Amino acid sequence: MTLVLTGASAGAWSAASTAAFETAPRGRPGLAPDADADAQVHPAAKRPASLYRAAEPETSEAVLELVGVSLSFGGVAALSEVDLSVRRGEILAIIGPNGAGKSSIVNVISGVYPPDRGHVRLKGQRYGQVPTQKLARLGVARTFQNLALFPGLSVLDNVVAGRAHRARSSFIEQLAGFGRAKRERLDARERAADVIDFLQLSPLSERLVGTLPYGLQKRVELARALVAEPDILLLDEPMAGMTATEKNEMAGFVTAARDRFGTTVVLIEHDIGVVMSLSDRVAVFDHGRRIALGTPAEVQRDQRVIDAYLGVAEDENAGEGEEL
Amino acid sequence: MTMTAFATDLIPDTRPSRGLPGWALPVSVLAVAYLAVPLLATNYLFEAILLPFLALSLAGVGLNILTGYAGQVSLGSAAFMAVGAYAAYNLNLRVEGLPLIGSLVLAGLSAAVIGLAFGLPSLRLKGFYLAVSTLAAQFFVQWALTKFSWFSNDSASGVIDAPPLNIGGVALDGPVGRYLFALTVVAVLTFLSHRLVISQTGRNFIAVRDNETAARIIGVPVLKTKLLAFAVSSFIIGIAGVLWAFAYLRTVEPAGFNLDRSFQILFIVIIGGLATIRGAFFGAALIVVFPLVLSRFGAFVLGDVFDSGVLDMSQRIVLGALIILFLVLEPDGLAALGHRIRRRLPTVLSRR
Repeated sequence: MTLVLTGASAGAWSAASTAAFETAPRGRPGLAPDADADAQVHPAAKRPASLYRAAEPETSEAVLELVGVSLSFGGVAALSEVDLSVRRGEILAIIGPNGAGKSSIVNVISGVYPPDRGHVRLKGQRYGQVPTQKLARLGVARTFQNLALFPGLSVLDNVVAGRAHRARSSFIEQLAGFGRAKRERLDARERAADVIDFLQLSPLSERLVGTLPYGLQKRVELARALVAEPDILLLDEPMAGMTATEKNEMAGFVTAARDRFGTTVVLIEHDIGVVMSLSDRVAVFDHGRRIALGTPAEVQRDQRVIDAYLGVAEDENAGEGEEL
Repeated sequence: MTMTAFATDLIPDTRPSRGLPGWALPVSVLAVAYLAVPLLATNYLFEAILLPFLALSLAGVGLNILTGYAGQVSLGSAAFMAVGAYAAYNLNLRVEGLPLIGSLVLAGLSAAVIGLAFGLPSLRLKGFYLAVSTLAAQFFVQWALTKFSWFSNDSASGVIDAPPLNIGGVALDGPVGRYLFALTVVAVLTFLSHRLVISQTGRNFIAVRDNETAARIIGVPVLKTKLLAFAVSSFIIGIAGVLWAFAYLRTVEPAGFNLDRSFQILFIVIIGGLATIRGAFFGAALIVVFPLVLSRFGAFVLGDVFDSGVLDMSQRIVLGALIILFLVLEPDGLAALGHRIRRRLPTVLSRR
């Protein structure tokens, strides 16, 4: 009996979904796992979303939506027909194994990658490709999976840089240093100091950011994103490579930031355990498809999620396993 | 909280150096430069050391804004110096009654426009490829200035005398006058450069240099920022070109602004330290003084064998070795070296 780590067998999911969701049409038990995986998984993978919406009518507005987004790199599909709707003020976690397309979602939302098909709806505006240079002004801030700080600047200056989108003064005005330029400078510094204090980085604010340990750099990146006062905060693996204590701290900061600034948070995480207590909803991705969406408790019970994370016994899967 | 204890452990490194405020050093340097140097220095010191030092320092400051702060490599500095020098010459020649300051600023602006044009490839090219494309500026400008004799007022030799410096009717043709003029221009532009690099714009430069994608996402106008860096840098280098031609050499010729000069300015920035304003001065001092020291030393040790040919060759060899040494041992340049020595010195002394 061999374990397949990422639950690669698509046939198992479609079968499992008929078992897990009562309303899903039954009667496709004979699907062989080695048949055309795409054809099988597609309708099944989409089903939970509609189920979820039916169970919980649209009580809160969507601030961010992905509609039918597909993205591929040289023929390898990173995202396939992804629909995702993020509600105002929630913490939505996107989880999935390596190569599930989690980071691609954030990169599509922030305009780093243009999707092949589909669009992103941001504050009621529809974008084929989100204009990256306007992203901050649209109220979206993000962090990166691998740090994207400015190592040549101090912690304070990195955070102040997060206010770049608010600068209206020309460089001549900044040279002169009074009027509008002065107001902007003081305002940016004050807000940066606030956020730095909020994230307990004050003692380090004059340090060059490149000299800080990794966990703290991650926190500085969060500060740089928060200082922009975003409506939507995209965090790409904010806890990657952290110790358990650091992860808990970071989770605390993310929740505190949402509570204090009312920011909607979309959070990518590799580790399923961390997000369960942190998030309002969890979307699970595997192989570029959304395989589940719901509260952490719902998702945890979802058979396909269990399969994707824990692996499926291939023998069972091929035989009587489907009939569960 | 554990974090707080952790954070305090990290502080000692951040403590600013005790003692004098930040403006004390530049002000005292300026005081010496304005008051003591004119009294003490000889003509030789002005002509052979201080004037080229000032012009090259300013060019270094200009290139450092582009390369050190904004991260855009350029091998066309001498071209922008040439544009500045020729623009000032022609403005002075053809515009009646234009004061020296006016032609200086307009010369800087001309260089900025040319710099902007040759900065356009930076929107698509990075690093090595960009450096190669800035070579185009170097060759194009030198070619244009040689080809069209209008630029040198149809002078037969192509080498033209720079007009005497004159501010408000006061002629500055002695070495002291030219030195004070150059010193003032360099001091003002250095001060403005310092203000620029600590402003929002300066932060944008560094953001674009350190991580272009992140810069774009936080709302830095990346394309505008790159072009601005080219324009500001070329403006300053253009004015350095005016000082080079008008205050130091007192002649204007395209050959003085060749690729060697561009490399020289790049070396100044590397040796002095990228992304430090004062580094340009350290680098320029080394580049200007080093050949003189080498020739004295060579003549002393080797006597007549050490002629100008040997001098030139040994200069290149030693300079090349120095640059490699710097890149390996102190990539942050003389400025960082000085900073480290200053920080260690109190500790070393107190141990005694």
